[in-house]
Amino acid sequence: MELSTILQYAFAGIKIGSIYAMVALGFNIIYNTTGIINLAQGEFVMLGGMFTVTLAKLMPLGLAFPIAVLAVAIVGCLFERAAIWPARRSSVITLIMITIGGSFLLKGAAMQVWGKNSFPLRPFSSEKPINILGAWVQPQVFWIIGVLAVVMILLTLFFRFTLTGKAMRACAANRAAATLSGISVDRMVLLSFALSAGIGAIAGIVITPVTLVDYGCGSMYALKGFAAAVLGGLGVSAGAVVGGLTIGLMECFGAALPFQGASSYKDGFALLILFVFLCAKPSGILGRAAISELKKF
Amino acid sequence: MKRICIGMTALVLTAMLVVTGCKKEKEEELALAPYKVGAVFAVTGPASWLGEPEKNTAEMIAKQINDAGGINGHPLELIVEDTTGEETATVNAMKKLVDKDGVCAVIGPSRSGTSMAIINIAEDKKVPLVSCAAAAAIVVPVKKWVFKVPQMDSDCVRRIYDYMKEKGWTKAAIITGTTGFGAAGRDQLIKLAKEYNMEIVADETYGPKDTDMTVQLTKIKAANAQALINWSIVPGQSTVIKNARQLGLTIPLFQSHGFGNIEYVKAAGAAAEGVLFPAGALLGPEGLPDDDPQKKLLLQYKNDYETKYSDAVSTFGGHAYDALTLVVKALKAVGDDRAKIRDHIENTTGFVGTAGVFNYSPQDHCGLDKTAFVMYTVKAGKFVPVEE
Repeated sequence: MELSTILQYAFAGIKIGSIYAMVALGFNIIYNTTGIINLAQGEFVMLGGMFTVTLAKLMPLGLAFPIAVLAVAIVGCLFERAAIWPARRSSVITLIMITIGGSFLLKGAAMQVWGKNSFPLRPFSSEKPINILGAWVQPQVFWIIGVLAVVMILLTLFFRFTLTGKAMRACAANRAAATLSGISVDRMVLLSFALSAGIGAIAGIVITPVTLVDYGCGSMYALKGFAAAVLGGLGVSAGAVVGGLTIGLMECFGAALPFQGASSYKDGFALLILFVFLCAKPSGILGRAAISELKKF
Repeated sequence: MKRICIGMTALVLTAMLVVTGCKKEKEEELALAPYKVGAVFAVTGPASWLGEPEKNTAEMIAKQINDAGGINGHPLELIVEDTTGEETATVNAMKKLVDKDGVCAVIGPSRSGTSMAIINIAEDKKVPLVSCAAAAAIVVPVKKWVFKVPQMDSDCVRRIYDYMKEKGWTKAAIITGTTGFGAAGRDQLIKLAKEYNMEIVADETYGPKDTDMTVQLTKIKAANAQALINWSIVPGQSTVIKNARQLGLTIPLFQSHGFGNIEYVKAAGAAAEGVLFPAGALLGPEGLPDDDPQKKLLLQYKNDYETKYSDAVSTFGGHAYDALTLVVKALKAVGDDRAKIRDHIENTTGFVGTAGVFNYSPQDHCGLDKTAFVMYTVKAGKFVPVEE
């Protein structure tokens, strides 16, 4: 295989893998503060894209971006208050079922508001592909990678060095102890939903120029993002990035395997890797077995 | 407690009042028993771009018929079920329509895969089914109770290969969706390539929810094809166009007749310029000669649809138009007996529809040939017939 072809597949893998990574980050934030998997995470991605497509018609993209992120973060808060908070004393499984319901609700609402068509969004900078050693790369791919890096760095700083970030981690480590030391767990859960909805929205906004957005696209992102989070080690931020990129690259190189119909099985390759890896190391690439044993899910 | 009781009673009474009121009104309206026709369309889900215009069209026609006094005095009762584009839901919907509602004929489904899934039910229960999906496999070999109104995908392939031959292009790369429509198209592309001496130099596929086809197209780029043919109905067909152009792939790009909805062009943006695809005459009826048998009907339907739904007309809505009109003509002639309707449809000839002029026979349950296709291209974001 030529270098240019390998590079072409690698860029395709990194592009889609970065999005899975951002979705996985969103999963991890909520998982870490509440212990639940928010299966409506994919819908936050879809809403981010949808809001931006609509707002971009009224204002420059630079303004539409933050407003859309804020709007989706508010949707995340409302979702938490309306659906999760009233049932906060229920078991983890019940809460996860609620998020599935939330996912259907958001999807249905989006279908009513935006209809069933797919919408394009113009790229942030030029649309002209750049030639790197024979591989054609859209400038938007660099935006995607850059945004992922920035989100990752900011999140790490937030969780390590700010009081709020530390408080959120405390909730994850020991809910009762966190409450006793004066942390409002309620507020931290709300914040985690806002944060993960916002990150989901960012993922949706940066990916829409290279794909398209329609009301039903969220479930696919949620599935792959979840796979990425599990592969990387549930709850570990760096694991989300490693897991996301691994799955993205596996998909693209799997589809490129030189046999007839390989591209039909690309999801299969990615999930097979996940399966094999988890059989060997159930806590994920960067997860630690001792920690995962303490968790409820 | 007492107040609740009173409240409940009031509620029940009101409900009863409403129900009886409705019933009375209905009885007065219906002089004769309604003719029940079922419709199974992918109103939601990934194929909703097909199902929604189909549902809109069918409902519009049913209303027009009932406003004009029904069919020989019988009102037309159209029962629409949403298949969400999935086989299981379609099978359930079909069973409900046939067993519970007792319809005399069913129009739809929208997709080839879902159509294939309910052929057995139509055959077993002896209910005429007029499919709105393209795959030739639906009516080849002929099934006694199954008809279809869209042009055959095999004829669409012929139209594309004819065009390529004329231009002297003999090496084709194909990329198809893994849905029923895509898979059936792929079969025809490969089967007919031999007949036309076409060489398929690359053969790639993608799933209905895929958002990136860069990998498949990179493989195709390396294969040195003279033209790329994409076959799918999902939004993926817009992504293929975008990805192909982003990779610097400059060969001519063909789409199937599944591209006949201007929304796909909007979604692909500038990349869609120059894309070629065969479709029915409905996309540009204004350009037809005045003596064309379809012209008047096409303009009328286009105008009615666009006024009523303030949305651009698509060939898919046209299929629902043809299917329902075909059934209504049979109802008018022979009443609502299932077997008689079937026989009447099979003997329909010279029926002018939106997809062409239909001539059904016991050997041909599609009724159209490749002349029902016009080659279109995209120019300045609009469908324009190709000058040949």
